[in-house]
Amino acid sequence: MSLWEYANPVKFLRLSERVLPALWVFAGLCVATGLIWGFFATPDDYRQGSTVKIIFLHVPSALMAINAWFMMLVTSLIWLIRRHHVSALAAKAAAPVGAVMTVIALATGALWGQPMWGTWWAWDPRLTSFLILFLFYLGYIALWEAIEDPDTAADLTSVLCLVGSVFAVLSRYAVHFWNQGLHQGTSVPVATGARTVSDVFFIPLVICMIGFGMLFVALVLYRTGTEIRLRRTRALLARGARGA
Amino acid sequence: MIALLLRDLRLALRAGGGFGLGLAFFLILTVLVPFSVGPQSTLLGTIAPGILWLGALLACLLSLDRLLALDFEDGSLDVLATAPIPLEGALAVKGLAHWITTGLPLVVAAPALGVLLNLPGAGYGWLVVSLLLGTPALSMIGVFGAALTVGIKRGGLLLSLLVLPLYVPTLIFGAEAARRGAAGLDPATPLLMLTGLSLGCIALLPFAASAALRMNLR
Amino acid sequence: MTLLVQNLTVARGGVPVLTGVTLRLDAGKALILRGPNGAGKTTLLRTIAGLQPPLRGTIDGAEDRVAYGAHADGLKAMLSVSENLRFWARVYGEHDITAALAAYALEPLRDRLAGTLSAGQKRRAGLARLMVTQRPVWLLDEPTVSLDTDAVAMFAGAVDAHLAGGGSAILATHIDLGLQAETLDLTPYRAAPDARHGASDEAFL
Repeated sequence: MSLWEYANPVKFLRLSERVLPALWVFAGLCVATGLIWGFFATPDDYRQGSTVKIIFLHVPSALMAINAWFMMLVTSLIWLIRRHHVSALAAKAAAPVGAVMTVIALATGALWGQPMWGTWWAWDPRLTSFLILFLFYLGYIALWEAIEDPDTAADLTSVLCLVGSVFAVLSRYAVHFWNQGLHQGTSVPVATGARTVSDVFFIPLVICMIGFGMLFVALVLYRTGTEIRLRRTRALLARGARGA
Repeated sequence: MIALLLRDLRLALRAGGGFGLGLAFFLILTVLVPFSVGPQSTLLGTIAPGILWLGALLACLLSLDRLLALDFEDGSLDVLATAPIPLEGALAVKGLAHWITTGLPLVVAAPALGVLLNLPGAGYGWLVVSLLLGTPALSMIGVFGAALTVGIKRGGLLLSLLVLPLYVPTLIFGAEAARRGAAGLDPATPLLMLTGLSLGCIALLPFAASAALRMNLR
Repeated sequence: MTLLVQNLTVARGGVPVLTGVTLRLDAGKALILRGPNGAGKTTLLRTIAGLQPPLRGTIDGAEDRVAYGAHADGLKAMLSVSENLRFWARVYGEHDITAALAAYALEPLRDRLAGTLSAGQKRRAGLARLMVTQRPVWLLDEPTVSLDTDAVAMFAGAVDAHLAGGGSAILATHIDLGLQAETLDLTPYRAAPDARHGASDEAFL
């Protein structure tokens, strides 16, 4: 039994329908627990006061905004190489979710930045990178919408995703070169393993991140299912028209 | 391939609009800037390198939707795709033709427009150099965008939406080089980055563009 | 050299339209495709030309040997007739265009801009393009659209000369050109609506 079995749309639908209810509940519980714990059961930061609590929305959404693009990159590659429809449709389904996560990260960042830096928006490299990422999401979604033939749309958006990823990374470095930042260092440094956030904040933050991750997976599975049903309807209609 | 280059250049000259339009747009944009930000010459001098780069970028963007769409409509692309020259090469040549008819005139016109915006004396040389090194990347990215959107009716707006984010790194390095040059600083680092970007685009994007174009012709 | 198409399945928009097409085209022969609108004539020709991949089957002897003529003529309105033809001649490797001009009586029009030609004249210039490519296999999709009787005769003559010179041609057309050509009716190859041939929409059925 291999993972590729679920590249079959019908099998994928069957599995995702079985997994989804549990996933929704788990994601909802994690997000609720993390947010309630984070908002009401953590002390104020000695420097940032209660504004620090927006971290429980800001960091998970920012993480998911980047992960969504990375997932689209992987699924686009799978579509181009192995031509599994589920893969292309999952990329299509993930894009609006990623775009919304980017908006949440930007909006919560602005709300956090106003009391901290005294400004809603600064052309800080991290903020700017996210804004550019949002523009890439917009272009990607618009290209999907504009092309009628679904296979051509999947092909072209995959090429855009690959080229766009290269340019997104280039933009990130260009932006760092262009302006030094105000943004604090990363809250969850994976590479060094050092912890910059104290335990009181860290545990609910991790719960929130798991919750957002699960929420993302659930949303993408659900939306992919919708896309598969749309394609199925389309295929049946096309066959019916030819048979008639 | 030389035949293709000559044909595209001749068409750009004959069709009138294609050649002069980008330049005229660049001029008008530059003239409008003082009206919007005020006539103080110190302010204009500070923002001149950035405005000129932005103007050149937008003027480049203006002619992109005609780059492949016309050939698509009259069937030339079908024939080119079955012709003995590789499609990658044909697209690279089309990018070159676009650069000669759009990018190069902009490079030549930029110093004259710099006078209008009170560009500091040290900036002229670096502005021209940065545009000369950066506009090929703009043209090649444009070819890629045009190849992605060629099958779409009224794809012009979508083309801008796709291409403008891709222009970000080029604009940052190009304008940074021009700005540092105008301020009397050393522009070597951004210029090197800009050159690398242009060379990378010229080397790799024809392949991505021809892959996209083949998908569109199917 | 022979163009050999075996067991070809072609699709349009993810739906198979023709399946099991087998045909053989020897040098000096022409083949006329027939079938109602939407039968898949254009799709078959584009697949043989290499513009779209087949779902199944093989095409031998087509690569770099075909000249494809579609509904659009590939002419630039702002270039003269001779400039247009010379351009395509150079793309296909520096050939003489006088024979092509003569075959379609384009000599008097050679310096006219293609944009000022009538529809039939444009069509003649588009067909003359096939001659300057010097490719042995012509794939023609409705070549006689907007041609008058004289021009159709010119076209038939050009095809005859091409065949006599060892070339071959596949034409999708509804009118009788008076050519010595076999006819292939595409109706029997029509894909059944419930058929499974590896088309891209089948995974969803």
